[in-house]
Amino acid sequence: MNFNSLAYDTSDEMMFGKALHPVRCGFDLVLGDGLVLPEINFTLPVMQVDNSNIKAILKQYMEMVSGVLQRLVILQVPGAVIEFEHAPQMTENVDMGARITAQTRKLMENYYHDHGLKTALRATICDIREKERPPKMRTGRAVGQMFESFKLNAQRGADLLSIESTGGKEVSDRALMEANLPGLLLALGILAPRDMHFLWKKIHNIAQQENVVAAGDSACAFANTAMVLADQKYIPNVVAAVVRAMSAVRSLVAFEEGAIGPSKDCAYEGPVIKAITGFPISMEGKSAACAHFSHMGNIAMAVTDLWSNESVQNVKLLSGFAPEVFTELLTYDCRLLNEALAGGEEDVIKRLLVTSDENKSVHALIISPDSSYDIARTIVKEKSDFERTRRAGMAACNIIRAAVRDKRLSLPEKEMVYLDRFQNEFEKYATEEHVLEAALPDYAELVILSEYGL
Amino acid sequence: MTNYNELQECIIKGNRIKARELTQECLDNGNPAKEILDEGLIPGMAVVGKKFQDGEYFIPEMLVSARALNIGLGILKPLLEASDVKPVAKVLVGTVKGDIHDIGKNLVAIMLRGSGFEIIDAGVDVSPEKFVQMAKESGADILGLSALLTTTMTAMKDTVDAFQADGSRDKIKIMIGGAPVTTDYAEKIGADGYAPNAAIAVEMAKTLVGGSR
Ligand code: B12
Repeated sequence: MNFNSLAYDTSDEMMFGKALHPVRCGFDLVLGDGLVLPEINFTLPVMQVDNSNIKAILKQYMEMVSGVLQRLVILQVPGAVIEFEHAPQMTENVDMGARITAQTRKLMENYYHDHGLKTALRATICDIREKERPPKMRTGRAVGQMFESFKLNAQRGADLLSIESTGGKEVSDRALMEANLPGLLLALGILAPRDMHFLWKKIHNIAQQENVVAAGDSACAFANTAMVLADQKYIPNVVAAVVRAMSAVRSLVAFEEGAIGPSKDCAYEGPVIKAITGFPISMEGKSAACAHFSHMGNIAMAVTDLWSNESVQNVKLLSGFAPEVFTELLTYDCRLLNEALAGGEEDVIKRLLVTSDENKSVHALIISPDSSYDIARTIVKEKSDFERTRRAGMAACNIIRAAVRDKRLSLPEKEMVYLDRFQNEFEKYATEEHVLEAALPDYAELVILSEYGL
Repeated sequence: MTNYNELQECIIKGNRIKARELTQECLDNGNPAKEILDEGLIPGMAVVGKKFQDGEYFIPEMLVSARALNIGLGILKPLLEASDVKPVAKVLVGTVKGDIHDIGKNLVAIMLRGSGFEIIDAGVDVSPEKFVQMAKESGADILGLSALLTTTMTAMKDTVDAFQADGSRDKIKIMIGGAPVTTDYAEKIGADGYAPNAAIAVEMAKTLVGGSR
């Protein structure tokens, strides 16, 4: 299905904890139905991950999941999503990932029966296709393993299926470093959406067969990479913000192919997805400072349905193990929002979440509910994925320029140079043909076009 | 005595066409290749490195300069090789087994190259055996290992151990990096150093080869 209208009449209608189409999943859990709930993710400390070590690995997960579930009960949390994000070895070694899923699910089941704790399990399968370079996105051996992993994880107890897929990344990685717009348009406007259609058609099929939820994807490989590079002053912030807007189009494709949310936590493009689809989203901000730096600690919360810590490794802190500690942090964040919802004060909180971050960085500006709504409106006006991507980038440039003009946001000259350049080049590279012609001489060696159906 | 300011400026501005013209012109005027390198190209790139560190340049500008540098180098290379001039040192870089995060590693490679090191890039998901083999084949002086996952960091130890087992550990300096890696970890696994970012990686590489020569 190609979305050609918006789910909400204005951006004011978008609110945290409320989605137009709530998702029912797991142990009696409903997402986006009037509450913001925590999504907790955790990962192994430094350790070897292979079959010889499987006992120790299962023990770590047992410890982490039990600790988290226990705190959820003590803090009387009305519901939560537990995310199990595969390390690459857990997808490659299909049985290993499935065993961790099964064990986690069992613990969740016990807590549901013993304490009435409502939870659902998200399994995020690792995109293992691109170890080969250039990657074989459709015909490589890893492709089959990956789908097998989706299937087995669903059978062993995953309620929500997700992935941070990487189609187009082989080009985007270099194009980002070079701040090369034709390269970025090739990656995000031509390659990534094609791969998303291919991938999510299959994931949706598997989800239907196994009676679980196809949840959503994340532009991590593109927009978060850009964001981290900009934070380290390697590339301009403007470039990273524009890439965020462009990447919303490829993330939307998952929903066109049948995903129904919640979107992935590290997909900061989530508000655009919610504006278009009305499905619940997951976001992360200040309580994910354990995983990476961001400029969007508060604003990321403004319209979210799940609130996540992205990932923390199982290390001991003074008050307990890190996953439990972050469960507690997320719980208090959610309590505040839910209290506001219950008392009819949500508009005030939403406004403060937005205004406290909005004009302090272009990243925050671009994911604000208003900007996201604008970008979403631009996207649904167009038909092709390419034109949507290009227009989304142009919309982001306009939003940034307006903020600078109105003196809401100040940008140094060296950033403005890139804004000017990108705005000009968006006009210049107006069709797929133009982009291919401009980008292929530089990027053809990195990509196998036939692996994208080209 | 030639004035190399103009050639330096080409590198700083990333003007490829002029870099080619001027390098050739210097040669035609009878200047030694080594002098053109040491007084024209390298100092130009040093200014670029400084501008980057001061936040005046981003990586894209630096890459444009690096390309201009490479064009100049390409012209000089046959002459430098004929007169047996060696790069500062050879560095073999790669992301360890199981890991495909390579942006950090690539940046380290770019900065090292800009400082006169020769880079051999082993790519991503590289096994300990492959590192040992490539180190032998290339005669690398330094090995730079990158890992971004707590679940692949142990492959760094495996790699150090593989050099140990092969009996070639004392022939190569090993430095490591990546978000979860620390100085402590480097010490623990018997690596020679850790650097938190690309600029410090260059300093470390210089110290490592300085110490061994
Ligand atoms: C971008 C990114 C990705 C991209 C990678 C793109 C690419 N081409 O590299 C994609 C989307 C593909 C990806 C995939 C995954 N990722 Co990832 N990723 C990141 C992210 C956001 C940024 C990394 C980055 O590029 N930083 C920018 C560069 C410039 O910085 P850097 O790498 O640190 O490098 C600098 C220094 O460390 C140093 N350095 C680096 N290497 C070296 C080497 C030497 C010799 C020296 C001296 C110095 C040095 O210098 C560099 C320049 O200054 C991090 C978050 C984080 N906190 O790091 C997560 C992160 C590393 N990923 C994570 C995870 C879990 C994954 C996946 C498993 C997710 C999944 N389930 O699919 C997969 C694994 C894929 C695989 N097989 O490796 C986790 C790791 C958790 C853990 N257990 O350790 C992190 C921490 C995010 C999180 N908190 O959840 N990821």
